[in-house]
Amino acid sequence: MLEGMLIGLQTALSIKMLIVVIGGCLIGTFIGMLPGLGPMSIIAIMIPVAISMGDPAAALILLAGVYYGAIFGGSTSSILLNAPGVAGTVATSFDGYPMTRQGKAGKALTIAAISSFCGGTIGAILLMIFAPMLSSVALLFHSAEYFALMIVGLSAIAAFAGTGQVSKAVLMTTIGLMMATVGQGALFNTPRFTMGIMDLQSGFGFITLAMAMFALPEALFLILRPRNIAEVSNGDIKNLRISSSEMRSIAPVIGRQSIQGFFIGVLPGAGATIASFLGWAVERNIAKKEEQDQFGKGSIKGLAAPETANNAACTGSFVPLLTLGIPGSGTTAILLGALIALNVSPGPRLMLDEPQIFWSVIISMYIGNLVLLVLNLPLIPYIAKVLSVPRNYLIPFIMFFTLMGAYIGQNNATELLLLVAFGICATALKFANFPLAPLLIGFILGGMLEDNFSRSMQLYDGVAFIWERPMTLGLLIIAAILIVLPRWRAHRARNQHAEVADGD
Amino acid sequence: MTLDRWTAFILMGICLLYGYTAWFNMDAGLAPFMQRNPIWPSTFPKLLSLIGLFTSFIILFGLERSEPVIGDIDYRRLHEYKLGQAIGMLVLMVLYALTLKPLGFLVATASFLILGAYILGERKWIIMIPVGVIATFCVWYLVSEVLEIYMRPLPLIFNLGS
Repeated sequence: MLEGMLIGLQTALSIKMLIVVIGGCLIGTFIGMLPGLGPMSIIAIMIPVAISMGDPAAALILLAGVYYGAIFGGSTSSILLNAPGVAGTVATSFDGYPMTRQGKAGKALTIAAISSFCGGTIGAILLMIFAPMLSSVALLFHSAEYFALMIVGLSAIAAFAGTGQVSKAVLMTTIGLMMATVGQGALFNTPRFTMGIMDLQSGFGFITLAMAMFALPEALFLILRPRNIAEVSNGDIKNLRISSSEMRSIAPVIGRQSIQGFFIGVLPGAGATIASFLGWAVERNIAKKEEQDQFGKGSIKGLAAPETANNAACTGSFVPLLTLGIPGSGTTAILLGALIALNVSPGPRLMLDEPQIFWSVIISMYIGNLVLLVLNLPLIPYIAKVLSVPRNYLIPFIMFFTLMGAYIGQNNATELLLLVAFGICATALKFANFPLAPLLIGFILGGMLEDNFSRSMQLYDGVAFIWERPMTLGLLIIAAILIVLPRWRAHRARNQHAEVADGD
Repeated sequence: MTLDRWTAFILMGICLLYGYTAWFNMDAGLAPFMQRNPIWPSTFPKLLSLIGLFTSFIILFGLERSEPVIGDIDYRRLHEYKLGQAIGMLVLMVLYALTLKPLGFLVATASFLILGAYILGERKWIIMIPVGVIATFCVWYLVSEVLEIYMRPLPLIFNLGS
């Protein structure tokens, strides 16, 4: 382990990687600040660049830097404009925006940066402790367990989709899995569902789909409902200092939320959004009475909690990706797709076979967090100028980069038409409140899921692997519980509600 | 019927088509030795079509109760938003896809950026044109020189001689 860490340190501290981290963080912050563009879109746009670098470690470091930068940029626009660019930073605006209105924008940004830094750093330490443990367990897994584990991951993503959304999320996952079966699979050597179209022989492009699911609908939403993004005057970001008593009061919050956020992030489907809301709510509940009233009106604790939690959760979401090769969120699913495109298969063997990738990613997380704190924070007043770029120029560029991302990898204009068609479908699905991330996760996991399923079927000559391997059975039962539990709880809550209403 | 049920209805149709192909069309061409295999190319799609049909059925008939959520944009008031601009941009993207090869990267991209701004209501040509042209050159330089991905810069007619 120590040897691996040293290799990682050596890789991550080379000049090239440092430039990549800094560049990634800056680009991420820059774009993440634009309201409406989430980290998934930004990462999707950056993938062609990352892939063309050719070095998996550099690509993953770049994308991770972009991810952190985007979350940081998202909190900046939450604080300054009350316009969160990312769902994970919605809770940040609860207390961040009131602080801006009180003229404390600089202080709010500093608290956000420090909390993010601590959350990310503590998260990275926990990742170093738990990832090797999990991957040593995962080495015992066979294809049957992998199949079951992916089912658990997909069910968890559906289960966390929210009340009344579970069947929609399951349906979207299934559609994603169906799309993954299009084309010529490695296992059977027969083209499936191509409808005789040559361009579908190799299946749908993953980048095209990622762009169509996230970047394009977001850009269309920006056109449909223009937000006045240039309403803040950038001159009033000053006084970035915070006092030591303020630091003392947020320190315990940061400690608690780093750990809580990390473990929420590890769970598939939960991720930064739930971590930040939960972090805010928990801190509010355990705060003293007089502090509790401050929450939502510009409390520094209320700002520090979601900011710490969402960064820790981002780090936590790398655990299932790096150790099991199973993404727990849309963002990590896109990262997984990029890794597969670079011929790296994340999973328990990654740490043993390619320690330089595994450890340099973890170490570059520290560096990325440091860059955000030392480099981005002082630059924020200048970076915020991007918010004053007129929408009329910005949107064509966003759309152009979406098109380029899909084109560069394939050099095929049909891919662009597919992108527009899928983009329109995705926008319609978004109108109807169907979650889009499960579709992409299903699509990316589809190939692996079917491979593992087929391999287990062949080994056991049928579905006997389900009951002959206790671990598989256990995991599948967990998956079933995850799907059924929210429905059952909603049902029970409704019944209780009805009884109370009758009693009143 | 609300939009999410209509969507579920359409998705159910897709699942039916997919399922029909998997259950009735795919196994016809299967080689005899493959038929002894416990898993066929159609096994997994068959399962998927069943799950898809089941869940779209639940949504279609409202078996999972949920409160109507209005997302970022209320589709019932779509005409109040800038629908024309959005459709215009989509048409422009399709045109870009169709003209990228024949017109070459530089012409197609510069026109896309300038016309895009025009559709969104920008009329200051004196800013639009230089911004579009300079950005196009910068992107082309980055992609072809730094990332070393070849994209034909000029219209097709200039390449015919070579």
